[in-house]
This record gives sequence, C-alpha cells and structure tokens, in this order.
Amino acid sequence: MTLLKGGGRLSLVQRIALPGAWLLLIIGFGIANPHVFLTPATFQTMFGSQAVLLVLTLALIVPLTAGDYDLSVGAVLTLSAMMIAILNVQYGWPIWAAILAALAMGLLVGFLNGIIMVFFGIESLIVTLGMGTLLGGITLWVSNSATISGISHTLVDWVIVKRFGGISLAFFYAIGLCALLWWIMEYTSIGRRLLFVGRGRNVSKLSGVRVGRVRVGALMGSSTLAAVAGVLYAGTSGGADPTSGTNLLLPAFAAAFLGATSIMPGRFNPWGTAIAVYFLVTGITGLQLMGIQSYVQQLFYGGALLVAVALSQLSRRRVPLDNG
Amino acid sequence: MSAVLQISNLAKTFGGVKALQGVDLTVNAGEIHGLLGQNGSGKSTLIKVLAGFHEPDAGGRLMVNGSEVRLPLAPGDYKALGMRFVHQDLGLISSLSVLENLFLDEISTGNSAGIRWRSWRRTANELFRKYKVELDPSAAVSTLRPVERALLAIVRAVSGAPRNGLLVLDEPTVFLPQDDTEMLFDLTRNVAAGGAGVLFVSHDLEEVKRLTNRFTVFRDGRVVGNGATEQTSREELVKLIVGHELEAVSHRSAAQIAATKPVAVIDGLKGGLVAEASFAVHEGEILGVTGLSGSGFEDLPYILFGAAKAETGTLTLNGSVMRLRGQNPTSAFRSGMALVPADRPRDGAILSLSVLDNVSMQTMDQFQKGPFLRRSRMREEARKVLSAFQVRPNDPTLPCSSLSGGNQQKVLMAKWLQTRPSLLMVHEPTQGVDVGAREEIFSVLRSATAEGMAVLCASSDHEQLALICDRVLVFRQGRIVAELTGTHVNKEEISEQSYAVDQEAQPAEAS
Repeated sequence: MTLLKGGGRLSLVQRIALPGAWLLLIIGFGIANPHVFLTPATFQTMFGSQAVLLVLTLALIVPLTAGDYDLSVGAVLTLSAMMIAILNVQYGWPIWAAILAALAMGLLVGFLNGIIMVFFGIESLIVTLGMGTLLGGITLWVSNSATISGISHTLVDWVIVKRFGGISLAFFYAIGLCALLWWIMEYTSIGRRLLFVGRGRNVSKLSGVRVGRVRVGALMGSSTLAAVAGVLYAGTSGGADPTSGTNLLLPAFAAAFLGATSIMPGRFNPWGTAIAVYFLVTGITGLQLMGIQSYVQQLFYGGALLVAVALSQLSRRRVPLDNG
Repeated sequence: MSAVLQISNLAKTFGGVKALQGVDLTVNAGEIHGLLGQNGSGKSTLIKVLAGFHEPDAGGRLMVNGSEVRLPLAPGDYKALGMRFVHQDLGLISSLSVLENLFLDEISTGNSAGIRWRSWRRTANELFRKYKVELDPSAAVSTLRPVERALLAIVRAVSGAPRNGLLVLDEPTVFLPQDDTEMLFDLTRNVAAGGAGVLFVSHDLEEVKRLTNRFTVFRDGRVVGNGATEQTSREELVKLIVGHELEAVSHRSAAQIAATKPVAVIDGLKGGLVAEASFAVHEGEILGVTGLSGSGFEDLPYILFGAAKAETGTLTLNGSVMRLRGQNPTSAFRSGMALVPADRPRDGAILSLSVLDNVSMQTMDQFQKGPFLRRSRMREEARKVLSAFQVRPNDPTLPCSSLSGGNQQKVLMAKWLQTRPSLLMVHEPTQGVDVGAREEIFSVLRSATAEGMAVLCASSDHEQLALICDRVLVFRQGRIVAELTGTHVNKEEISEQSYAVDQEAQPAEAS
C-alpha cells in the first residue's frame, strides 16, 4: 500500500509540474525583461494568436487516445483555410457556406483516412502521411501556389478583431472546444471507448466494442477539428497560404505529448494540452522578445517533443508489469 | 555411457510458490530422454533455468559433460555449454529463405562485410545430407510444410553444436499432422546417434513411447518417476503424470442433465484446429472441454464468440440460430454471450486503466444521465460489485495492474456476469491465479449456474475440470472423442482420454 501512496504523491508532483514550469518561465522572463514581457499586450497576443495551434493539437489527441496517429491534420488545416479563401474571395460564396464546405471536407478526409486504415489494415501513420501529402498537392494545385487574401471581414472580425478582456475571440473558441472535448472524453461512453480502444485493442474487441468504428470516428474527429483550426487560421490572417499548416504539425505533436505529462499524467487530455501549448508559446515569445533569433522556435518545439516522449516513456515504465 | 547433462537438487521458488524442488535429472550421450508432466508441473521452468532465463534457488548443482557449471547461468551461456533449444514456435522468420534462416545468427551478429553466400549454401547442403533432410536452401520458409519448418529449426539448432551437446525439443510436434511426426523422429534419432543427448518435452504419451529411451515425469515441481521407457506402460505413465485422485465431488448424472433445457446448441462447427464439433450446453450446467494442446478445444470459445474465424457451423442460443461464419464479438455479446479469455494481459483486462474502467466497460451506458456519465454512481456501484465478488483491495480507482492475478480474474468475472449472459465461456479460468482465489472463482461459477446460466469451461487442467464440471468433452485432433458424465468426471479418466492411453478406447459410457 505504501507503494501506491508513493505513486499518488508522485503523480501529484507530475500533475502540477508543467503548470509550475510555466509559472517559473513567466517569472523568469518577467525578471529578465520586465518592461517588454510583462505587459498585458504580450499575453493578449499570445493567447489570441496561438488559438489555431491549440485547436490543431486538440485534433491530434483524439486519435492519439485511440492509439492512432493523424499526420494529415496540418494539411487539412491548410486546405480548409485555402478552400475558404478561394470560395469566398474568388467565387464569391457567402462566408458561412465556405466555412461549411471546409468542415465537410474535413469530415470526408477523416472518413477516407479511417476507411483505408481499417479496411486494408494499414497503420494510421502511413495512411495519414500519404493523405497529408496528397492534400498538400491539392492545395498547391487549386491555389496555383499563391497566397490568397481578402477574406470576408465578418470572419476576421469574429475571430481576431473582436475581443473579450483584451483577448481575441479565437482564444475563447479554442477554450470552448477544450471544454467540449474534455466532456466527451471523460463523461460520455463514446469518450471512454476511445480510451479503451487505445489502451487495449484486443480487450475492447473481445468486450463487444466495435473497434473499427471507434478508430474511424477518431480520425473523422481529428480531421474535422483540423478543419476548424483552418477556419480560425483564415480568420486570424484574413487569407490563406499554401504551406501554413505544415509548420504547425510538429508544434502540435510536441504540445500533445507534453500535455499528456500533465493534469492527468499518462493520458492525452485537453486541459494538459492547453497548458502545454501556452507553456511552449511563452518560452518562445519570451526568448524572441529578448532578441533571440527565430531558430529558437525549432529548438524549443523539437526539444519539447523529445523530452515529453522520453518523460511519458519513463512514467510508463513505472507502471508494474503483469506477467500472470 | 557418459552423462551430457546432470542436474541435482535443483529448486526454484516464485514468490513463495515452489515451481521446482529437489529436481534430479540425467541425460546421457546418445539418449533421447522424455520429459513429461502436466501444464504447470515445472517442465518449462526447468528449461528456462537451463536457458539462463530464470535464476534457480541456491543449492542446486549442474554438471555438463562431467564438469561442474556454476549456477545461475546467464542468458546465452547455454551456447558455450553445447546446449541448444527448439521451442514450439521454432523461431524461424517465415518471409526469409531456408538459407537465411539457417545462418540467422551469423547474419544478425556477424560483422564481416561480405556474406559468403556460396560457401554457406555448400555448408547447408552438407548439413542437410548429413542429417538426411531434404530441403531447398533457396525456398522461402513460408512455402515449407510445418514438418519441414520443424526439421529446419532442429538442423539449425544442432549445426554449430559440439558432438556431445544437448538438444532440448520443447513440444515440437504440437502443430504437426500425425503422419509427419516420423520424419521429425528420424532426425531426432540421427542427432542422438551422433553422440548428443536429447531432452524431448511432450504431452503426447504415444510419441514418448515411440521415440524416447528413458523418461522423467514432473508433478507439482518434483520428479515423481523416471526409468526406461520400454519397461513402463502407458497406464503407469498416466498415473505418474496425473497423481492420485482427490476428493470426490458430486456431478450431475446424464439423466439429470438431459432433463434440463439446452441453452446453446452447436452444430457442425469447423474452424481453427476444430475439425468438427456438435454439442449442447444445458441450463445450469458447467460443461468442460479439454484435450492436449493443439487438439482444438482451446479454439472453441473464441470461435463461438466470433473472435476467431469459423468455416462452417451454427450456434442456436435460446432458440435463435446464428451462423458462426458471420459471428463477431459485438454480435456475440449482444446475443447474451460472455468470454473470459486465458491471456489476461492481452485479451482480458486493460491493466493500465483503473478497475472501475475495466469493470464498467459494458455497463456504463446505464449510468448516463442527461449529458453526463455519473462517475460517482459508477464508482459506488463498482464498489458493491467488487465486494460481492470478494475483490481485494476493494478500491475501484486503483489501476488494474496493481491487483494480483486472482483478483484481476475476479474483476473480469464481475465485468461479464454483470451483463447477465445466458452462456458464459471461460478459458483457463484459474491460470496465474493463487489457490485461495481459485476456490472463490469456482464458487462464482457455481453460483452463476445456480441461476440457470450455462457455462463452457475450456481448460487443460484436468484436476480443475474434475472439481467443477458436470460433464466433460475431450478433444483429440479437432474432434470430440469422449463425453464424460457422472462418476466418469474424474482426473484419471479425463487424462486417459486426453492422452489417448488406449487407441481403441470406447468413449466412456454415460452413467
């Protein structure tokens, strides 16, 4: 029993380690650079501008919980933003119709990913890598490799211009999605099945869970959320460029794995994810405000992914293995 | 005759359980030595000690070719001592060629840049000639027949071994068709004739009688008998393997069973290792299915549950007919079936999740109120269920991995019995379960049948079957060869039928 209590204490430390590190980071930058870093404007910008990354990371943790990878979310984000730009700017569709079309595309891509994965029994990693590259090609093709701007002001207004407490509405949409996902994962049987399938595929199958359906559903969820991230991206920048999402894929993975070391250690969870996203962004913003070059971004995200994965592996090893 | 291997006073304890005690075993050069015993009798523990996988207790001694070897052995030490192992799974890579498999060690550990394919091929052909084995070095292993794969694995094992080495064959014939075993035996005799000692581990008395010169029988971790195979009858061997009869338990008679209503009727089932099976499971009865490993009985619950493919056959459950080809676990579960599988960490429990998650997997929809699952109600309910099933400690929030094997199994029983199935199937229900929990699991099964549930218990533990089953079906080579009821449900008769003591034996008459 003492062993278990020790585990409990340890997990409490683990739970609050990341929020604690975030706080230390803020204090550190605050001392080093008080006049530039410790201003409301810095935080307002950080929270608002990184909503896209947060939604994209939330997209990832859905299939990750079910034990699958979705590498196509970056490409779905890009195509979604590009579809909105083209349909709205070049074809004159009303903005709501363009948004619906982008979301429908997300749903369809997820369905295709899932069906290929389950029907042919191929690893999700490979299927979504192929799908992501294919979608990247489509995006370049339909956009002629050009950035398209001039998206309806209504969208821009409702995403980035309108503020609440000085923070763009985009942030609140992302937090709303966090809450929604948290509810689904913790308080619905669909969410619990997602976890069962990820942790014990055979056990789930032998318990009557329709494993294939759950996995397809997870990929549809991730693609649709990625399309939502695309909508926010289009609203944030007022346009779409053909490569934007590619650069967000790795940060999203870093944040997803880092988030799984916090709040509910060992599990991909929405609130841990939100903290991880803003922890990473705070570190990067702080360093950039101190005049350090933009390569710091890659150092930070790449390093965070490696550290997070190593940490999660360590905590997994601590779980006693059964050899019945 | 010199001894290749001499073990004396070897013991091994696993957390208080004596898996081996006071074991003496001698294998002479040129001898094929049969190692016999039921599952869990200590055979595999002994082999794992030799392979350096388990560290034996202090006090045991090991002599190899007359010279003392210090215990424990480190993994890999056995090679230098001239020991070679061929396990049931053979350790071949089926997508590679015969030649590549033969030199797998050299390829995976060698550091020279140029592989000398031509000289390897020559070596291979010489080896095959020496042992009178016909194999094409460039054929892919996936195209070989099962017996050819076994031959390849054996030739590979002995190829680099010294003349006076020891070859351990761990149930090599389980997956082989009967007619092909002679090829394997010829090779084994050739190896022994070359001066090596062979330790032949098998369940099959027929094979042991045909192949071995001497034998040793293990029971409950001790050597209970040894001698020359020729001077020992099959009946004597069975007696040694099985041991003595325990207390008599009252079983229902055939007439009593026939008076109850059949819950599940299986007709013309074929699939996996099952060649043909038709039988019924009655209301309130525990029906045991057993046989040697590879006889097909262990596939039965998985096929019925749709977790393994059936070729043909129907299942009539509570009057509704299901075609087994179209069965899947979801449909099986919905039609009122339950399966507690043998491989708990892989198929039974999600060890990294909590006891609550495991026990409420199928019942959680009942706790949905409005948009929320009522988690606190689920915990309360789980606590009640766990105490009814005597799960210790009774804390649903603990990770399932922190429970003992017996308590994990009780959690799984609780998980499935909550769904009120009409047919409960269990496979090796007390595997990895301590003695105390064993009794509790038996009583759970008993009280489930008291409410009219039908239970199918697939097990290779004959003693356990005799204790809990009303009726036992024995499988041999994919078919039901005996139905034991009433007083015939005892360990000895179950073992006799499984080991096919008398090829001419009539299926025991129902009493």
